[in-house]
Amino acid sequence: MANAEQISEPGVAQRLLFSRSTVAKKLAFHGPIVVLIVALLYPMLWLVGASFAPGSSAVGSLPILPERATLDNYRDGWAGVGNIGFSTYFVNSMAISLISIVGNLFSCTMAAYAFARMEFPMKRTLFALLLLTILLPNQVTVIPQYIIFNALGMVNTYGPLLIPKFTAVDAFYTFLLVQFIRGIPQSLDEAARIDGCGHARIFFWIILPLCLPALATTAVFTFIYSWNDFLGPLLYLNSPDLYTVPLGLSQFMDATGRSMIGSLFAMSVLSLVPLVVIFAVAQRLLTTGIATTGAK
Amino acid sequence: MSRQVQDADERRLARAETLIAAAFLGPWLLGLVVFTLGPILVSLLLAFTDYDLNGMPNWIGLDNFREMFFEDPRFWRSVRATAVYVGFSVPAILVFSLAVAIVLNRGSRMMPVYRVLIYMPSLMGSSVAVAILWRQVFGREGLLNAALAPLGLAGGSWIGSPSTAIYTLIALSVWAFGSTMVIFLAGLRQIPAEYYEAARIDGAGPVRQFFHITLPSLSPVMFFNAIMVTVHCFQAFTPSYVVSQGTGGPVDSTLLYALYLYDKAFRQLDMGYASAMAWLMLAVLAMLTGLFFATSRYWVHYGER
Repeated sequence: MANAEQISEPGVAQRLLFSRSTVAKKLAFHGPIVVLIVALLYPMLWLVGASFAPGSSAVGSLPILPERATLDNYRDGWAGVGNIGFSTYFVNSMAISLISIVGNLFSCTMAAYAFARMEFPMKRTLFALLLLTILLPNQVTVIPQYIIFNALGMVNTYGPLLIPKFTAVDAFYTFLLVQFIRGIPQSLDEAARIDGCGHARIFFWIILPLCLPALATTAVFTFIYSWNDFLGPLLYLNSPDLYTVPLGLSQFMDATGRSMIGSLFAMSVLSLVPLVVIFAVAQRLLTTGIATTGAK
Repeated sequence: MSRQVQDADERRLARAETLIAAAFLGPWLLGLVVFTLGPILVSLLLAFTDYDLNGMPNWIGLDNFREMFFEDPRFWRSVRATAVYVGFSVPAILVFSLAVAIVLNRGSRMMPVYRVLIYMPSLMGSSVAVAILWRQVFGREGLLNAALAPLGLAGGSWIGSPSTAIYTLIALSVWAFGSTMVIFLAGLRQIPAEYYEAARIDGAGPVRQFFHITLPSLSPVMFFNAIMVTVHCFQAFTPSYVVSQGTGGPVDSTLLYALYLYDKAFRQLDMGYASAMAWLMLAVLAMLTGLFFATSRYWVHYGER
């Protein structure tokens, strides 16, 4: 189409028309996308603005920027309810998320290596079981798990939140790592085996370093999942000094009336900061890396 | 003689390999037995009992199921809320993310930026902070009404009205469509451009190209996404808990199945009943996924290899 016009040597008027139509085309392409993005992100941006508005003055207003900005909401919110401040929740959440990453990396990579590189009886059956557990709704296992941890006297400790992570219960990551390791050329291990390396050395010195992108994906998603997890802490934690950020936020919401809504907004914003930071750091990994594996 | 030695050697090697494999699989096997397979079995047994965490479970046969089906109107309200939630969310997420993926796939220098911005909400979709925000957006003095007021369309509290509350939860789940979209986008990238060129030469317009190239080539990705989104939506808990402040209200209109199950198990300590609910959920999900797999050979096309 463009070629035909060029060949016929368009006049000035035609050229103007042509350029205007490309502008129109660009607008027709980018316009709706930009509108969609603004609509998607508007509530988030509004929340950030509202967290700086004095008291509850942002409620019921549409603009993102408040008329007057203050840090009072952050100061009041950070003080929390009762004698527990939000700093406690942040430290707890951070510790749980980081230990969960260690647990998942440890247990999922080991299982994945065995499935991708070793021969053992019932391999196919076990792998099928692994895949099935990905689709298993956690509602089926949550009650017996609670009974187990209750019997072990572990309710109101971090045990129930952390111990399962060291046993690769998040089967999805194991699957992801199996797929990744299968993509690493087998000739590398064979060369190492000829040099006298056993499985442990091949695992640590060859496979793990080459798995770095998949390990990073696992770590990032484990962090996001643990950071957002609400049900686990809700079930197992009773003492406010053990609470995580989501639990603290929800308590705060129940305890505060409209007068404190600005503080609730401020703490909500803070609770999202680690997610935004990790997103900024790992954005390429998240939007292209997961695409090939299908992580949620 | 040497043959026998060789066989024995191989057997010893295989046995050693199995032992090492067991060591590598150890943590996972332990978790599988203690945290997955064991609990599935226990949950099945509990479904036929009355158990409140004290003393021993009391065998009551099918009573839990009878109560569920015939004597518990809340159970049916939770089924209804979940059916509406899943029924609207899943197709909306799939259609919406496919449409946006196709638009973004056209390629532009801004593409990476767009992709990142659209993906962002799905990171936060299940967070308490966003559920709190949602209460505000759809409240009486919320963002939505503030936006609708100039048009004269502002209503009451969308979250406070039993007829609209569930749709605010659906909006929340659709809002986080970015992760599904990204998977579609990756699938679109895999379709060879020659297919489209050939189709254009044959005179196929965009609509025919979509139905004869894009959709069939994307069917394995569609299959994966459909299953994952369905399983995910069935289990939704945090949004309905936070938005309704744990009640599932107003009038149980946001009482999703997972929330009612939690309520039964951990607030009323009716663990037998909740286990029966969990098994029913498992059965329904298994049937749905089974249906996906059974029909897949009619609509999922894997390229010839």
